[in-house]
Amino acid sequence: MTATTDQTATAATSAKLSPYKRFTPTRGNFELWSWVFMRASGILLLVLVFGHLFVNLMLGEGIHAIDFAFVAGKWSSPFWQVWDMLMLWLGMLHGFNGVRTIINDYTEREGTRWVLKTLLVVATVFTIVLGTLVIFTFDPCIDPNSTLSVCTK
Amino acid sequence: MAQAATAPKGGGTLYRGREGMWSWVAHRISGLLLFLFLFAHVLDTALVRVSPEAYNQVMEAYKNPVVGLGEAGLVAAVIFHALNGLRIIAVDFWSKGPKFQKQMFWGVVIGFVVLFVPFAIRHLTNVFTH
Ligand code: HEM
Repeated sequence: MTATTDQTATAATSAKLSPYKRFTPTRGNFELWSWVFMRASGILLLVLVFGHLFVNLMLGEGIHAIDFAFVAGKWSSPFWQVWDMLMLWLGMLHGFNGVRTIINDYTEREGTRWVLKTLLVVATVFTIVLGTLVIFTFDPCIDPNSTLSVCTK
Repeated sequence: MAQAATAPKGGGTLYRGREGMWSWVAHRISGLLLFLFLFAHVLDTALVRVSPEAYNQVMEAYKNPVVGLGEAGLVAAVIFHALNGLRIIAVDFWSKGPKFQKQMFWGVVIGFVVLFVPFAIRHLTNVFTH
């Protein structure tokens, strides 16, 4: 389909805005892929987040068991390190994309939009970098009283 | 489209003020809340990298009824958001999804109760009896 064949004189500007011409060369497929990402990451997050909540809040002593020793026990295993890293990245990127949509919906002025999106990008990058570093540079044995087998050897 | 021609009970439109709209509002508010919480949650967990004492001190400070109720609220938000997220995906990809979006909304409500009630009993018992 060509968008220009049925244009009238008044349509010179509407050609650019034509609702039928979905894919403008400048924007690429970014919005399509972010739509796909929201759904794919959502399904993965469902498993990751529910597993996280079940293990941390339902099993054993529940929330009162959470202290340094609890975290050390989990992050001395690569399984939970990778689990938590995936949850961090997918959660932050999914949330980033969702909040980006919300900002686009409600901001009217370019300036406000720019400020909020800059804050959003900074907070997202900061949280992903900090969280990833914490998970992988964590030393479960810095607690001298640790009874973990990796520390008492 | 016989479906669309039938006016909903109570007037208004098919969407506005009904299950479709309210689930969207709740999905948006819960998503925003979860994002803000995740930011704070990564910061407090990062204290394990400072010292065991720093982390334990903050975890100890969280053990009060106000924070305990807030935690229950966050779990409620994530359960609703996740189940309604599945509903959104079904509306998008399942050929009968749009037709059954209302029934699926009530499915989300039932699933919410089934998951949240046992959690709330477990968690709030912990919060109020220790
Ligand atoms: C637990 C499993 C989750 C599932 C199944 C899920 C699913 C979804 C889906 C399908 C959407 C709609 C996207 C669209 O309309 O294009 C969405 C939006 C959103 N999600 Fe999630 N999500 C989950 C977890 C999270 C988490 C952990 C956060 C926060 C970090 C979050 C924040 C958001 C936000 C802010 C939106 C945008 C809401 C809007 O545009 O009104 N979600 N989610």
